[in-house]
Amino acid sequence: MSHWIILPIVLPALMAPFIVLAARFHIGIQRVFSVVGVLLLIALAAGLAWHVADGTVIYYRLSDWAAPFGIVLVGDRLSTMMVLLTVVLALFVLLYAIGSGWDSRGDHFHALFQFQLMGILGAFLTGDLFNLFVFFEVLLIASYGLMIHAGGNDRLKAGTQYVLYNLIGSTLFLFALGAIYAETGTLNMADLGRRVAEIGPEETVGIRVAAVLLLLVFAIKAALVPLHFWLPSSYAEAPAPVAALFAIMTKVGAYAIIRVYTMIFPPDLDVTSNLLETWFLPAALISCAIGAIGVLAARKMDRLVAFAVVGSMGMVMIAISLFTPQGIGAALYYIIHSTLAAAVLFLVSDLIRTGRGNVDVTAQIPMAGTFLTAGMFFAGAIAMAGLPPLSGFLGKLLILQASVSADLVVWVWAVVLISSLISVVGFARAGSTVFWKSHGTLPDLDTDENKEVATPPTILSYVAIGGLFALLVLHTVFAGQVHGYTTDIARDLFAPQAYNSIVLDTPGKLSKPSEGH
Amino acid sequence: MSLFLIVALPFLGALLPGVMNPAGRSATAGVTFTITLAAFVGLLTNLPAVLNGEVVTNGINWMPVLGLNVTLMLDGLGFFFALLILGIGLLIIAYARQYLSRDDNMGEFFTYLLLFQGAMVGIVLSDNILLLLVFWELTSLSSFLLIGYWKHLPEGRQGARMALTVTGMGGLAMIGGMLILGQIAGSYDLSDILQNRDLIQASPLYVPALILILLGCFTKSAQFPFHFWLPHAMAAPTPVSAYLHSATMVKAGIFLMARLWPVLSGTPEWVMIVTTAGLITMVLGAVIALFKHDLKSLLAFSTVSHLGLITMLLGTGTSFGAMAAVFHILNHATFKAALFMSAGIVDHEAHTRDIRRLGGLRHLMPITFAIASLAALSMAGIPLLNGFLSKEMMLEEAHHTVLFGSHWLVPVMATVGSLFSAAYCFRFIGHTFLGPVRDDYPHTPHDPGAGMWLPPAILVTLVVLIGVAPFVAEPFVKLVTASLLGSAGEVPDAHIKIWHGLVPALYMSIVAVAGGLLMMLVFAPLSRLWESTPRPEAKVIFEAIINGAVRAARVVMHSLHNGSFTRYAMIAVVTVLAAGYHAWITGAVGVPTREMQAPGAVAIAGWAMLVAATLGIVFFHRNRLLALILMGIVGLMVSIAFVFFSAPDLAMTQFTVEAVTIILLLLALNFLPNRTPVESTTLRRFRDATVAIAGGLGSAALAWHYLLRDAVATPISEFHLANSYKGGGGTNVVNVILVDFRGFDTFGEIIVLSIAALLIYALTETLLDGPVRRRLLNRTPDQPQSGTRHPMMMVVLTRVIMPVVMMVGFYIFLRGHNEPGGGFIAGLIVSIGVVMQYMASGFSWTAARLKYPYHGVIGAGVLVAGFTGMGSWFLEKPFLTSDFTYVRIPPFEKFELATAALFDLGVFLAVVGAVMLSLESFSRLARRADMPDSDHPMDIDPSREKPSPDLRTPEPEAH
Repeated sequence: MSHWIILPIVLPALMAPFIVLAARFHIGIQRVFSVVGVLLLIALAAGLAWHVADGTVIYYRLSDWAAPFGIVLVGDRLSTMMVLLTVVLALFVLLYAIGSGWDSRGDHFHALFQFQLMGILGAFLTGDLFNLFVFFEVLLIASYGLMIHAGGNDRLKAGTQYVLYNLIGSTLFLFALGAIYAETGTLNMADLGRRVAEIGPEETVGIRVAAVLLLLVFAIKAALVPLHFWLPSSYAEAPAPVAALFAIMTKVGAYAIIRVYTMIFPPDLDVTSNLLETWFLPAALISCAIGAIGVLAARKMDRLVAFAVVGSMGMVMIAISLFTPQGIGAALYYIIHSTLAAAVLFLVSDLIRTGRGNVDVTAQIPMAGTFLTAGMFFAGAIAMAGLPPLSGFLGKLLILQASVSADLVVWVWAVVLISSLISVVGFARAGSTVFWKSHGTLPDLDTDENKEVATPPTILSYVAIGGLFALLVLHTVFAGQVHGYTTDIARDLFAPQAYNSIVLDTPGKLSKPSEGH
Repeated sequence: MSLFLIVALPFLGALLPGVMNPAGRSATAGVTFTITLAAFVGLLTNLPAVLNGEVVTNGINWMPVLGLNVTLMLDGLGFFFALLILGIGLLIIAYARQYLSRDDNMGEFFTYLLLFQGAMVGIVLSDNILLLLVFWELTSLSSFLLIGYWKHLPEGRQGARMALTVTGMGGLAMIGGMLILGQIAGSYDLSDILQNRDLIQASPLYVPALILILLGCFTKSAQFPFHFWLPHAMAAPTPVSAYLHSATMVKAGIFLMARLWPVLSGTPEWVMIVTTAGLITMVLGAVIALFKHDLKSLLAFSTVSHLGLITMLLGTGTSFGAMAAVFHILNHATFKAALFMSAGIVDHEAHTRDIRRLGGLRHLMPITFAIASLAALSMAGIPLLNGFLSKEMMLEEAHHTVLFGSHWLVPVMATVGSLFSAAYCFRFIGHTFLGPVRDDYPHTPHDPGAGMWLPPAILVTLVVLIGVAPFVAEPFVKLVTASLLGSAGEVPDAHIKIWHGLVPALYMSIVAVAGGLLMMLVFAPLSRLWESTPRPEAKVIFEAIINGAVRAARVVMHSLHNGSFTRYAMIAVVTVLAAGYHAWITGAVGVPTREMQAPGAVAIAGWAMLVAATLGIVFFHRNRLLALILMGIVGLMVSIAFVFFSAPDLAMTQFTVEAVTIILLLLALNFLPNRTPVESTTLRRFRDATVAIAGGLGSAALAWHYLLRDAVATPISEFHLANSYKGGGGTNVVNVILVDFRGFDTFGEIIVLSIAALLIYALTETLLDGPVRRRLLNRTPDQPQSGTRHPMMMVVLTRVIMPVVMMVGFYIFLRGHNEPGGGFIAGLIVSIGVVMQYMASGFSWTAARLKYPYHGVIGAGVLVAGFTGMGSWFLEKPFLTSDFTYVRIPPFEKFELATAALFDLGVFLAVVGAVMLSLESFSRLARRADMPDSDHPMDIDPSREKPSPDLRTPEPEAH
């Protein structure tokens, strides 16, 4: 058994305590180890993704106990793709955090960052529902630490709400796990898929409620309206690089929904039929609309981006809620796009903060590096609002096309297109006010006071954002290939024989295949 | 040249002007010109093929599944538009070099211009309609940058936003339309779609598709009622206006209508919508243009009017109408670009575009006068100029068009439109150039250098050439018309001639010109009448709508996200309940498979205490200390419940966790007021109570339901029970689950604990740097302090039992694998031992005697656990695989050594480190609060009743 698949979890899990133990007082050493750690993770993730690209499923028995008795890690195309996305995002976010000096404005940034990565990567790689809960806890507590990094009253207040709300989610997760274990007696995802299918039609309430509770847990993570209330303030108040990294956190929820509601509760399953159809798609549509309205209403750049994230999660959820291979394929393509676009925008809004000390959408004195920052904002806004030529537009087309056979197709098209318009107006207003209107109230630039405000961002900051932007461009240029891959993933999910057989039919310590069955 | 290259050149070249900017303005303009020229020449290399009637195509796959591919095609229609875009582009670049001042960033300007140019060329060369959409939206975006180029002008910003909003809206509608069209035709390639006229027109989705696509075209081409954005886009520098509004942006909508003409036109819906919109736009634009005082506004509305004219021609759905449209597109591009450039020259030289402040310029700027007059007369439809020819064709077509069953509606409206059109052209010439020379120009004008007048002069040469010798243009126009019509119509035989004989069109034309002249005579009273008539001001309405939308959005957002966590939590709970209830009522409830158990007296008593304590918290929660004690009771009852259900490990864990938590919370309470203030109204508390009770009942119902039913198959715990000793080497199944079966979960959980401690530490550090520090320093305890901060009895006792606690911890740790215990519990027990030292003897005294930093202990714990897990790799086993063996070292009995114990050591260290670091963080707060602390373990505080100002002693160890 090769150990590659567990390394993305173990490496940051050991890097973090090592940084705490050995480099607590040396930010320079912390930076070196943190960056090297992420580079190694990228190499690992790329290797894993390459290995499974042909449809192979990698499988790892922790403590050598076979599924479903022990915990297993499973690397298929979906999980390795998400892992790769996470670590690549992490690299640029980390570079920005170093370049902008955010990492030195509080304690333990790099340790928490590594732990955060461990939590996210674990959540993508685990094949066990309870282990997923554990990784949710890891990523939640680490994200809380990162969120309140560097302190400040508003940030602490938002952080408190963030952690409280997510504790509600964790509690609900425990309820759901209890319910699912009571119904099925197992926690392994592949085994769950098999056992849920055996539940007869005479007694369905138990599994139905369990399935819905679990979905709501993931919906909280994915910020589906009306369970999104934790997101706007916390993303807006979090340090920019942290908010940029959080762009992947909502996707963890989306990933979990995709995984669980195709493999465990497939749409054609009788006992859970008509469970989500009534409200899931409408909720996704409302999310999309709320996001756009929030963009229009925002008085601050960071809040604007936060609502854009809500809206883009709405788009993802619309695609997912179709529960068809086309829908999931489109959702996965859009997930990559929206992660990168949100990260770019959070970082750009930090450039504005660096340039003029705040992110209010008001006319102020011009800031240093306006032209480049404005260009980056323009490009990021195009991506986020789903305008051509960037991947947001392609993702939107994919989602619209995937929804053609849905009952609510007219609603989907209307909401998606009108929301796009509203966010275009919102972005145009904000951008022209911040970047253009400032030219109207030009005070004397040579006074010392103004010079002090206008500190140009470092080259590394621009490199980090530029790198993310380059990824967006690649995501656009190679859209055909990427979408082909995500479509293959979606097909795997709806026909998970390869996954199930390798997880359930491989023997482990003291157990023969499918013994517990 | 490859079509890809023609489209890509402007995009690739868009980087160059920005790079070349420091090299000077001529260099910047030069590279831009060269790039455009290269694309232009590249286009011309394809001319022979186009003249042969071939369709040049290039294509590569982009997203074949989506139907979006980079397929380009060049036919007559595309060639015609591309020629206009690149040809006029060249002239505009030359003109802009002279027009822009030193203060303008020319690199930025030309970058935007090239992006726009590339997008336009992309539109007209696209074979794939989704690709066309990409370029379509790109023109909206790049024109946003161009229109807003003068950032210091509020009109520029507003105009840019308005243009983006309106055309963006159309673009989004068109996305819908194009997708529907593609769905009907089964392909997104124009070459396929154009073959499917009957299929598309028979589809029930034809009308929605048509309306959505026309929305896109009308917004882009400024057709009524979306015409209002175009005049406001005039805030752009004149070269931009000349480019966007003569040959390019606004023609995009026209182009698309022409492109899709073979499949969309000819139906009653098409004729009705397109002709009506075109007709209204034509007349409305012409009327408004007449009364505009700003030269560029006048031209802007004239553009609106002429676009309406072309739209109407396309709307009639006949081949002749299409040919007239093609011809007028050509003519309009030539004379309108020349006119805009002339207006720019006037503005540039006289420093005003206000027609009321101009006049008599013919003497001062004769060249400009000649150029502008010829172009304007062409627009007015005066013979021997190209505008006359196409206007005649338009009137001829109007004469034959029946709309709403009326034969006279279209001809009359067309004549009225032409009449006003002639009038504003005369006004443009008359009020700007004719009349006496004035002496109050803001700046004395004279003709500019050749660089500025040459571009419009070239265009005017074309105007005259085509006007005098229409046969020069005729083959080309017919070629383009043929490619526009495709298989849907035959190119009409009619020739483009100056003299057709005494046909109705001629009379209509005469009426229009004569009426126009007449109107100029009575312009002053007419203008006064116009000024006094109330008119809806589009900009005001638009701004009101947008501002209203923003306000509404803010109201919605603010009332939704008002920052109250209670409400967010309530919404979450209600959502969960509603979704759960929905899942419940749509399912089937079966019969229970398990028997109810008799509760027994102990269980009832425990349950009663639990309920009482919980209710107590609800009623006494404002008293924080009391609430904490009640929470302790709840925790204890839960521990007892674990004992009741034969889970001593869990009970021990719960018990020690409770103890540590309560201690830490007590320390935290030290910094909080004793009572929580009442913050919500009774009504709101009633609401919250209702929701909470509903949530509780829901959970209870679920628990009840699940407890009475068996799982669908044997639970995996059976396997754990059966194999814990055989495979895990321990008889304590819970511990084996923790460190072996699910050791990886435990690994995760100790990390959670470690992170929690690290973040408490980081949080404390940031708090102490912030405003909290000030508050701490100014804090006065609200209760009398205890007289002795370190009671002697406690100090002695804690020190005596310290070794005992350590031994107990060690014992619990060792026995863990087989009996209740383990690293987690042991860690907590040892922590309690140390915490007691803190409490009894003070933090300074204790801290001075601790050798290991807690950060290190935590790090070491996680590392030990991790390395233990990795150890199994060397035995070719997966992470955390346990092994055990029995050894015998005399004089001890045989005992077991398990790798799990090493892992448990990691757990132990992490737990101790985490608890202690949290505790230390609290004590840092206390220390920062300027509380006195001595290195002595005991002291007597004389200020029992009345705390002296320098000896305030509310610290943790003294309650």
